[in-house]
Amino acid sequence: MSAYRVSRASQRINEKAPLTFRFDGKKYKGFAGDTLASALIANGVKLIGRSFKYGRPRGIVGHGAEEPNALIQLETGGHTVPDLKATQVELYEGLSATTTTGFPSLNFDLKGLAGQFSRFMPPGFYYKTFMGPAKAWPFYEEIIRKAAGYGRAPVDPDPEFYDHLHHHVDVLVVGGGACGLWAATLAGRAGLKTLLVDEQSEVGGWMLSDARAVIDGKPAMKWVSERLAELKSLSNVTVLTRTTAFAHHEQNLVQAVELVQDHLPIAQRVATTPRQRLHKIRAHHVVLASGAIERPLVYGNNDRPGVLTAAAGQTYLNRYGVAVGRKVLLLTHNDASYDTALDLAEAGSRVTLIDTRQRGAAAWRLDAAKKAGVELLLGYGIAEVQGGKAASGAKLVKLDPSCLTVTGKGPTLSADAILSSGGLTSTVHLFCHNNGRPYWNEERLSFVTPDEGRQGISVAGAVTGRWGLGEALAQTHASVSAMLIGFGRNPSSTCPVSEDQDIQPTRRVFRVPDGKPEGHGAKALVDFQNDVAAADIHLAVRENYRSIEHVKRYTALGFGTDQGKLSNVNGFAIAAEALGMPISQVGTTTYRPAYTPVTFGALAGSHVGDTFDPRRYTAMQSSHVSRGALFETVGQWMRPWYFPKGNETMHQAVDRECLATRNSVGVMDASTLGKIDIKGPDAREFLNRIYSNAWSKLDPGKCRYGLMLDENGMVMDDGVTACVADDHFYMTTTTGGAARVLNWLERWHQTEWPELKVRFTSVTDHWSTTAVVGPKSRAVLKKLCGDIDLSADAFKFMDWRDGTIAGVPARVCRISFSGELAYEINVDACYGHYIWEQVMEAGKEFDITPYGTETMHVLRAEKGFIIVGQDSDGSMSPIDLNMAWAVGMKKPFSFLGKRSLSRSDTTRSDRKQLVGLYTEDPKVVLAEGAQILSSRNTQAPADMQGHVTSSYHSAFLGRSIAMAVVKGGLKREGDTVYVWAHGKMHPAKVVSSVFVDQEGVRQHG
Amino acid sequence: MFQIHCPHCGATREEEEFSYAGEAYIARPAKPEEATEAEWGDYLFMRKNTRGWFWEQWQHTAGCRKVFAVKRNTVSYEIAGTWTLAEGKELYLKESEA
Repeated sequence: MSAYRVSRASQRINEKAPLTFRFDGKKYKGFAGDTLASALIANGVKLIGRSFKYGRPRGIVGHGAEEPNALIQLETGGHTVPDLKATQVELYEGLSATTTTGFPSLNFDLKGLAGQFSRFMPPGFYYKTFMGPAKAWPFYEEIIRKAAGYGRAPVDPDPEFYDHLHHHVDVLVVGGGACGLWAATLAGRAGLKTLLVDEQSEVGGWMLSDARAVIDGKPAMKWVSERLAELKSLSNVTVLTRTTAFAHHEQNLVQAVELVQDHLPIAQRVATTPRQRLHKIRAHHVVLASGAIERPLVYGNNDRPGVLTAAAGQTYLNRYGVAVGRKVLLLTHNDASYDTALDLAEAGSRVTLIDTRQRGAAAWRLDAAKKAGVELLLGYGIAEVQGGKAASGAKLVKLDPSCLTVTGKGPTLSADAILSSGGLTSTVHLFCHNNGRPYWNEERLSFVTPDEGRQGISVAGAVTGRWGLGEALAQTHASVSAMLIGFGRNPSSTCPVSEDQDIQPTRRVFRVPDGKPEGHGAKALVDFQNDVAAADIHLAVRENYRSIEHVKRYTALGFGTDQGKLSNVNGFAIAAEALGMPISQVGTTTYRPAYTPVTFGALAGSHVGDTFDPRRYTAMQSSHVSRGALFETVGQWMRPWYFPKGNETMHQAVDRECLATRNSVGVMDASTLGKIDIKGPDAREFLNRIYSNAWSKLDPGKCRYGLMLDENGMVMDDGVTACVADDHFYMTTTTGGAARVLNWLERWHQTEWPELKVRFTSVTDHWSTTAVVGPKSRAVLKKLCGDIDLSADAFKFMDWRDGTIAGVPARVCRISFSGELAYEINVDACYGHYIWEQVMEAGKEFDITPYGTETMHVLRAEKGFIIVGQDSDGSMSPIDLNMAWAVGMKKPFSFLGKRSLSRSDTTRSDRKQLVGLYTEDPKVVLAEGAQILSSRNTQAPADMQGHVTSSYHSAFLGRSIAMAVVKGGLKREGDTVYVWAHGKMHPAKVVSSVFVDQEGVRQHG
Repeated sequence: MFQIHCPHCGATREEEEFSYAGEAYIARPAKPEEATEAEWGDYLFMRKNTRGWFWEQWQHTAGCRKVFAVKRNTVSYEIAGTWTLAEGKELYLKESEA
């Protein structure tokens, strides 16, 4: 065990609250306030995973959201969460986690063998190697999938719940470090409604890691707690910790996810409290104080377990009381890392500081380091880390002053931990999600936000490239004061003071030279999670990838759950060097939400299960349930599908329902059809324009089937409309099309014909419709209705009458979607259930049979009636559907879609047209969607003539029937075509799409 | 997600209440029968697809159902304003002349 616990005055763990946890089945001890990562390091666990491509051993590198390696699977069963970063998992009593990589095991990894041959696995390896033959891909894929990837998605239902909360604030501050706290304080003091979010368990940001920081003459953490106390005392300020702002959208909408209960032992979580909460924050102004993340340097074997960033080493020490090693090497090119070295030396580690700069840091820092017993090696770099499953030392090289070349050999030093600092990278993500661009600051060696921010966003602190605490606070003060003036408030507070010490400029180094051509030395990793080495970026450039976006996609740089937080800037810099361009010209890849991974649970919130989507039930629902109906979802409606009796299969039930309806009487709930009440003196004219057929001569008391076309001349909806009065019509639409049609009517009325006096009202839910269908339907109605003359001459097909059914006022339409004598009884929905039961009772003597959508489909297909959206698909004109009879070409107004019916494309003779098909074998029911060929020849390219749109067994005909669209089909009656599906070929004859009662005698009966 | 001001309701509401209804002020040819194939095709299919400020229609489908005009920047998603179709048309025509 190399790492060890030390007691630090600055530490945030509670040594009096020990915890036990399990990692890969083994029991360990930690303390309240630890993360899983800090506890693992303290327990000497170094090997945490295997790398993605080469199976290289990996350990913890970072201390927060930037961690690329330590992806763990937390807990098991329904509670399991894959790929959490150990650095962000707060430790709790009884926590159980496992590694996510290593096949077959973490200590013996097959890919590790492949890693030995990594020179044969360049970028694009999978594409280049497994190109062909195509048939073999499934074989490769199975093996690659087993070896690749990280955690496992949960398979059990999630026992916890999630919710969403909306905020409307004046100011949202992102980040609770010193600058974020000061920004929130200023906004809060000015009386603005302020929300501060911070991703960590407590506010403080880098102040939690930096034991030396001083603000206003006191230790920075003391200042932090004073600010927090003040913010909590202000009623206009809310502070949310464990809350990551992960996306910024237009109009300053920021999404943030709060981990409400993740830090609690599962048994202690409150069942009535969500596990996580998604905050949707609409802010007048956003202050982005998201700080910066330290990146490592790029050098040979810099990915060995035990190699961390300097910031991580400092954080584990000061915040968690864990020294990462007894003998530590620290490689840096900047002054700030000297603090890390001093802190570690103070805690008892032997530290060798290797500075790539010949003169090292500012004199006062050099002195302090020497005094603390830190060994200094100036003008050196690490060529190669030694050790396999844990770093054991490093081979050094002497560098020239520019740090571009190696001038000589250096010592080989042993160590049990190696830290490196490649400088800070501003966390500009949220600034860039919505088109903002960062710029390259060559002095600070980072992409940073411009000081002026952007409209609605102020930037504060390290996100602007100000690494010094004093300069960062001063910039924050200025930036937020300007914002307050924008709100019409007077900034009156004085800026907190923190003295920035003298520093020596940072030497520009990203890839530390090892004296060998790139690719010949030890692998120098840039992106740990995707196994992208410096040599891979050079190769991508040699293969002529010029844009950084292409280099990213070719090498996988910056992909994955860490999104390149450590690797991107190093990768851009190395690409720039290879391209011979300045970094500013290479630019960055695109920053996209989410900043860190967000669970599907949080995104879904309460939109799951029963509350995913509303379910609509008709007034007859309980009647259907009591008769054993099975349901299907149509739009949001739950419609009876079929009503099985006893052990009937669907096929048997549907056969029975069809025959009962054709031979006696059936009953169907048609309440779900869309219904629109249309009123106004110009209602008739409006219908003439919106429907393809003519409405001028439809008298009150009559109904008509109408076909609605879009402007392309294609069928978009259909339904029967009744003329109630000269200025009053009652339109029905398809069940799924109700809302769309209403909007369609509104749009045309408002945009093109506002002069027409007409109004539309949706009355779908106001009416219940019971369709009584079959030769005995008149007899059933007669028993229930005394005031309508039901005789065939008085109440004709396509008539409607107002009357009384079973004592209830009703509008009865004699319309038919089955080709049978049929009546649709429309009543106030309050009476829907009552009327249905009255009809069932009256129909008893005729063995009245309730039927559902499946039987409805068979009955309508037997008549060749289309279902819009099944037999048509938005590319079928009424002519294609053999419905020219429903197009009133002589109407004076050029109705919607009319002109398009004479477009050259619409009049082609080889368009797909609706026909019927009889299979040669009457028992074969074709697959819907099956392709139609003109011969048995299936050689590619197939001669595709069309496809089957509807296909059923017809009990009435004692054989199968199908509707299909076939090229030029209306002229091909009698032809034989070949229908191919599921590996089988079925010859079929093209016939009329009306299979039953072509003369239409039955419905007129 | 936008917040959109409905000029009819006089309220600013979440985008979820609205439906996009295409480019604004595309006039339907007065006499479609006399339109050539090219003219009719133009009306049906050709849209400005502007990069920048763009006049479009939105409908308050979960509210008053009114269609209205929105001037929106297709790059920055900024909304310059919303107007009733009639009010917006004046502005639109003025801009088109300029």
